[in-house]
Amino acid sequence: MSRNLARLHSSDEVSVTVLVSIGKHPVTGRLRRADQDARALEMALGLSDSEPRVIYAGPLNDSTEPALRGYLGMGVSELKVLRQSEQNDIVPALSGFLDNSPSSLILCGSRAELGESSGLVPYQLADALGYTLVSNVAVIEEVTATLAVVLQALPRGQRRRIEVVLPAILAVDTASPVARQVAYAKASRGFINCVVTDAAEDDATEQWHYQPARKRPKRLKIIKATSARDRFKAAAAKAEGTGGQVLTSVSAEEGAVAILKVLKEEGVLKT
Amino acid sequence: MLTSLMPWLLAVAILLAVVGALRRARLWLRGRASNVNVWAGIRAMPKRYLVDLHHVVERDRYISNTHVATAGGFVLASVLAILLHGFAWESKLLAWLLLAASGAMLIGAVRVAKRRQSPPDRLSKGAWMRLPKSLMVFAISFLILSLPAVGLLPEGFGGVVLAALLTAGIVWGLAEMFIGMTWGGPMKHAFAGALHLAFHRRSERFGGGRSTGLKALNFDDAQAPLGVEKPTDFTWNQLLGFDACVQCGRCEAVCPAFAAGQPLNPKKLIQDMVVGLAGGSDASYSGSPYPGKPLGEHKGGPFQAIVAREGKGLLDADTLWACTTCRACVEECPMMIEHVDAIVDMRRHLTLERGQTPNKGAEVLENLIATDNPGGFNPGSRMNWAADLNLPILADVKRTDVLLWLGDGAFDMRNQRTLRAFIKVLRSAGVQFAVLGNEERDSGDVARRLGDEATFQHLAKLNIHTLQQYSFRSIVTCDPHSFHVLKNEYPELGGEYVVYHHTTFMERLYRDKQLSLKDWVGGRVTYHDPCYLGRYNGEYDAPRQLLDALGIDRVEMTRSGFRSRCCGGGGGAPITDIPGKQRIPDMRMDDIKASGANVVAVGCPQCTAMLEGVVEPRPQVLDIAELVAQSLIEEETRA
Repeated sequence: MSRNLARLHSSDEVSVTVLVSIGKHPVTGRLRRADQDARALEMALGLSDSEPRVIYAGPLNDSTEPALRGYLGMGVSELKVLRQSEQNDIVPALSGFLDNSPSSLILCGSRAELGESSGLVPYQLADALGYTLVSNVAVIEEVTATLAVVLQALPRGQRRRIEVVLPAILAVDTASPVARQVAYAKASRGFINCVVTDAAEDDATEQWHYQPARKRPKRLKIIKATSARDRFKAAAAKAEGTGGQVLTSVSAEEGAVAILKVLKEEGVLKT
Repeated sequence: MLTSLMPWLLAVAILLAVVGALRRARLWLRGRASNVNVWAGIRAMPKRYLVDLHHVVERDRYISNTHVATAGGFVLASVLAILLHGFAWESKLLAWLLLAASGAMLIGAVRVAKRRQSPPDRLSKGAWMRLPKSLMVFAISFLILSLPAVGLLPEGFGGVVLAALLTAGIVWGLAEMFIGMTWGGPMKHAFAGALHLAFHRRSERFGGGRSTGLKALNFDDAQAPLGVEKPTDFTWNQLLGFDACVQCGRCEAVCPAFAAGQPLNPKKLIQDMVVGLAGGSDASYSGSPYPGKPLGEHKGGPFQAIVAREGKGLLDADTLWACTTCRACVEECPMMIEHVDAIVDMRRHLTLERGQTPNKGAEVLENLIATDNPGGFNPGSRMNWAADLNLPILADVKRTDVLLWLGDGAFDMRNQRTLRAFIKVLRSAGVQFAVLGNEERDSGDVARRLGDEATFQHLAKLNIHTLQQYSFRSIVTCDPHSFHVLKNEYPELGGEYVVYHHTTFMERLYRDKQLSLKDWVGGRVTYHDPCYLGRYNGEYDAPRQLLDALGIDRVEMTRSGFRSRCCGGGGGAPITDIPGKQRIPDMRMDDIKASGANVVAVGCPQCTAMLEGVVEPRPQVLDIAELVAQSLIEEETRA
């Protein structure tokens, strides 16, 4: 790759903001820095010598603070907190704050490890701010004042190069480089500063009914391979859909009709 | 003429020596404060020098005799020379004594010269090659000077020529011995060494004692830098200790990392600290370099980072991470310098301040924080291996005689065999014991050696808190690392326990006739001393007595006991995995093969893992607990 990997052109520094959340260790459930968010911060730290702005929206208390300090331990001196309760919808707070003090490049993880974990925050935020969104970002190759070139992670290690006009939100994928080690001293010395913001009640979730997830039986893949080559092919095979239809160069209406038809056939839309 | 010149020469030499001493002391005092009892140290110094230091030097008989003759002769000759020639005392007796002293020194100097004719690799050359000549010149000059005084030669013998020669000799001798002592010549070791012995930060080591636990970092002041970044971050008596190094290279000769071609040489490390103390480059160092790192590329100063953030500093980080903390260098150092303390101090900076623990280090530390074990296993699965053993859990029984500390080996299938064997032995002996079960956490050993003092103290405090809930008489563990940490490093954090290694415990059971053993049949066995049991805790006998109790044909390796060679598994070395020319466990397995044994008895899960990692064919690796368990005579009634 001839491009200068992930280095800002120093003449046109863009302001970078990283959105972080509280993570949860998959084995023990202990609170920690969220893996994807930490990768997003890692990416931002590699972009330029000036420090990225790091913002967290959510509850701040004795149990979440050590987890947040994990981000400070990566080498940023300050973390801005938009303090919210657990029930609040963080999107209005974030969009309000980012509207007032905009950043041309916003990095965040693709999906939170706690709470609803819907993966929708980047989308809702992009919608509210009117920014472009790129999901599953693996590498930022180049950033100029108006443009970013990124690699998007696709299944099975494939990458798609995308040029995106700034301002943009980049949702970082687990295919991106691992976040650096937390340095204890930096973590404990860094500053956590609260910013006063409005808190919006999340009306939707209040109506929701929660129940423990049901463990679904896993469908067994029966492989009737006779040779090593067949077994390898079976193991490496793509999960290929059947009965699909590839539509190219059709009008938006035709496309929409086709999509609606499929959704009705699959029972997703019921009217 | 010489008689009138002598007082002046001596006065000038002493004055310059004092100036040099003050300058040197100012360099040391740039270091951090240290809690030492100055007067008690000065009072204890002669004994420490004459007894403790000499005991270590004596491991090389030739050089200990040489040193007694040279150093004793020099000290006595200097005092007498000052009295006779400085203050112009007239005493035939003292003159005879001076003659004898310089004679003794001459004999010593000749022996030094002989050792240096074809010096072993471990010795530094350079200025050190000059030293025997200087010693001889000093001794001969005062020898000849004494001859007229005792009447063996007429006054004025030799005329102006001899007087001029003697003057030159005395000037040379005084320059090397008096001025060089405080201005940084080879004789510096005598001056700094004496003070180092007086102000040693582990005074418990003298008089046959032992002090091997790392010292805790204080986290009270959040702004205070953690660990050692620059030479002045060491305590002043650590800096003094570095300066005491006599460059004998005994540490280098025993260092497993150096032998494996990893970029570490304990002697060079200490010399680098001396370079940093005064400022400069390592170009003038005249011993073996770090393997693979040419001299002259590294430089530093008292206020510069030892491991540079960019470019080259005093040394590279991989030098620090190559250490297995086996303590062979410390054990071997006649000056009782604390290499491991210094290395861990610098690692603490790299890990805590910079977050730069190499290779798997970061992952292991993250696992320790999130799952309380280095492997990242579910802490709730710690007891899965013992599902069929029906072990009493301390949370249920509340009190027990013996708490069996499992260690992280509970997650390792190989170590589970050892644990099963040991439990069989405990049950056969009718010992009342229990385990903490899932409440147990990693002892913090690996975190601490990797420099993550914060995680160590966190784990230690949690473990201490857990242990406080229950009542037990003693802790027994199959892991020397847990053993060392629980026994020697928890007390500073408020946890004081009676801790036994399982070999010690089994040996006591055997002595108390609680074990009935038949002879073990399976060939010749050699015993590999784990560093953390042997050098760290002085337990060399119990494992051997157990092997003898099993009627085993026991053979010793050339390097065993306090000179045992590390397996390469300590200090987080397998985690940081610094490349070298060969692997440390392979070298140890060669030692084992050379002993002619077909079984190597071990007492440590790390040693087991490292030695079993050596490709076959090789001797079998068995824990002593397994050997004992195989030899139990089990009564029908008990079973």
